[in-house]
Amino acid sequence: MSVTTNSPPSGPNWQRFTPAQRLARYAVYLVAVMALVWSVRNVSIIPEFLYDAHNQMADLLTRMWPPDLSYYPTTVHGALIETLHIATLGTILSIVMAVPIGLMAARNIVPFRVVNEFAKLILVASRSVNSLVWALLFVAIFGPGALAGTIAIAFRSIGFVGKLFAEAVEEASPGPVEALTAAGASWPALLLKGYWPQVQPAFWSIALFRWDINVRESAVLGLVGAGGIGLVLDTAMNFFQWTRVATILLAIFTVVVLAEILVTQIRKRLI
Amino acid sequence: MSVAEDQTSRSAERAPAGKVTRDNVLSLRGLTKAYERGKPVISDISLDFPARGVVAIIGPSGTGKSTLIRCINRLVEPTSGQVLLGGTDLTKLRGAGLRAARREIGMVFQEYNLVERLSVIENLLCGRLGYVPLWRVWMRRYPDEDIAHAFALLERVGLADFATRRADALSGGQRQRVGIARAVMQSPRLLLADEPTSSLDPRTSVEIMELMRDMAAERDIPVIINIHDVALARRFASRIVGMSGGSVVYDGPPEGLNDDHLTQIYGRSETGGWIG
Repeated sequence: MSVTTNSPPSGPNWQRFTPAQRLARYAVYLVAVMALVWSVRNVSIIPEFLYDAHNQMADLLTRMWPPDLSYYPTTVHGALIETLHIATLGTILSIVMAVPIGLMAARNIVPFRVVNEFAKLILVASRSVNSLVWALLFVAIFGPGALAGTIAIAFRSIGFVGKLFAEAVEEASPGPVEALTAAGASWPALLLKGYWPQVQPAFWSIALFRWDINVRESAVLGLVGAGGIGLVLDTAMNFFQWTRVATILLAIFTVVVLAEILVTQIRKRLI
Repeated sequence: MSVAEDQTSRSAERAPAGKVTRDNVLSLRGLTKAYERGKPVISDISLDFPARGVVAIIGPSGTGKSTLIRCINRLVEPTSGQVLLGGTDLTKLRGAGLRAARREIGMVFQEYNLVERLSVIENLLCGRLGYVPLWRVWMRRYPDEDIAHAFALLERVGLADFATRRADALSGGQRQRVGIARAVMQSPRLLLADEPTSSLDPRTSVEIMELMRDMAAERDIPVIINIHDVALARRFASRIVGMSGGSVVYDGPPEGLNDDHLTQIYGRSETGGWIG
């Protein structure tokens, strides 16, 4: 290849964006500001409530203090454990359902567009409904309690786990899979030795991350009667037992922080 | 391999095309692949490969060498033509039949294609996936003779100390040694290699080519190598197939390959002349 020298005499002239791109960027800024203004006007803040908000908050905090810690061993502890069970079982159940759907959604596993799109539809449907709404639905079906909460958590998590799992599978390098195909490996053997070792770190990372989210989500499911600590919280609030509410909130906060620390530690070791 | 044997195998290559002889492990008949209709990447390739020796397929990149070699074990689906392995037409096979044929053909890749997160020994055992039942693979309960074979091969390629090391901890040359050992683990009737040295430095390239030639000769496995490096091809192959524009333009011994052929295969070099 011959070397070409084509730098203009006036020196190089470089701009990050073309004028059209710059115009488009300004348009995006404008739209963002307009959206902000529009939404602030829409939420219709009532100024009278805003003015004494700090008084209300201080009032609530004084009523909460000191937390009624004697309430913890009698009621809160059991509900907390139930919440953890809902989160854990729900996560496991969601993984069982999400893995096959995720595989169906991955284009390098199932080379049929119709199947991919169908699987993605299921994943989107699962994600588009909030776990509280799922819980309402399952409370209606199974009656109030931890079972409804567990299934609600599982259904909400399918979309999250399935989508991320499918993406991890699609990112797997095709080279090793090609080599194992050339060695005469069957389809399940390809999944087991070609894809799984590549997807494994992502898989555990997704599962732990989702469990962490589910611990938080299952804490509120009781508000709609789907078991766990939310039920106790709802009762305490309905009876204005603010010192008990404080205990419950503290318990939730502690568990969420502990779950976060645990997950971070395990993930560090996985990669 | 003795000179006399070399001569007989050479004369077997010159058997008239169209006749599948017992001496040939592999015969291609009118093999054509077009990724787009009417634009064949390789067209009407007919070649016979003897049951021993190293055949090098040379040619510039994009000339269909890789497509040709992948059509043999159907990693690429040929558009038309036949691939006859010991008399069986591989293009007609499906499912279990195709897998059984594939496990008889070992393959070495340019980018090694090891499963990076598995140990070296398990990468070797992956060469047995076409033979070992799925539950054994799942439980990592590979047959004892396979494990013994894997360790013996690892010793042969000089990586005995690396058995439990993860594949991504190895250098390029070491990875390709594992790649060769994995292919030989299949106990193949034929070994394919797609640019096995293109990702390696010159010295390692020679070592890898020597290893592949020697291991294949020890086990009487014929080898077909795609390689763009003419010097390496001349040094290690007993026969050279030159490809250009999807067709075979030279087929014969390395000594017969002259500058005119090379110009025809690679086009005119700007520096003039060819090294090798």
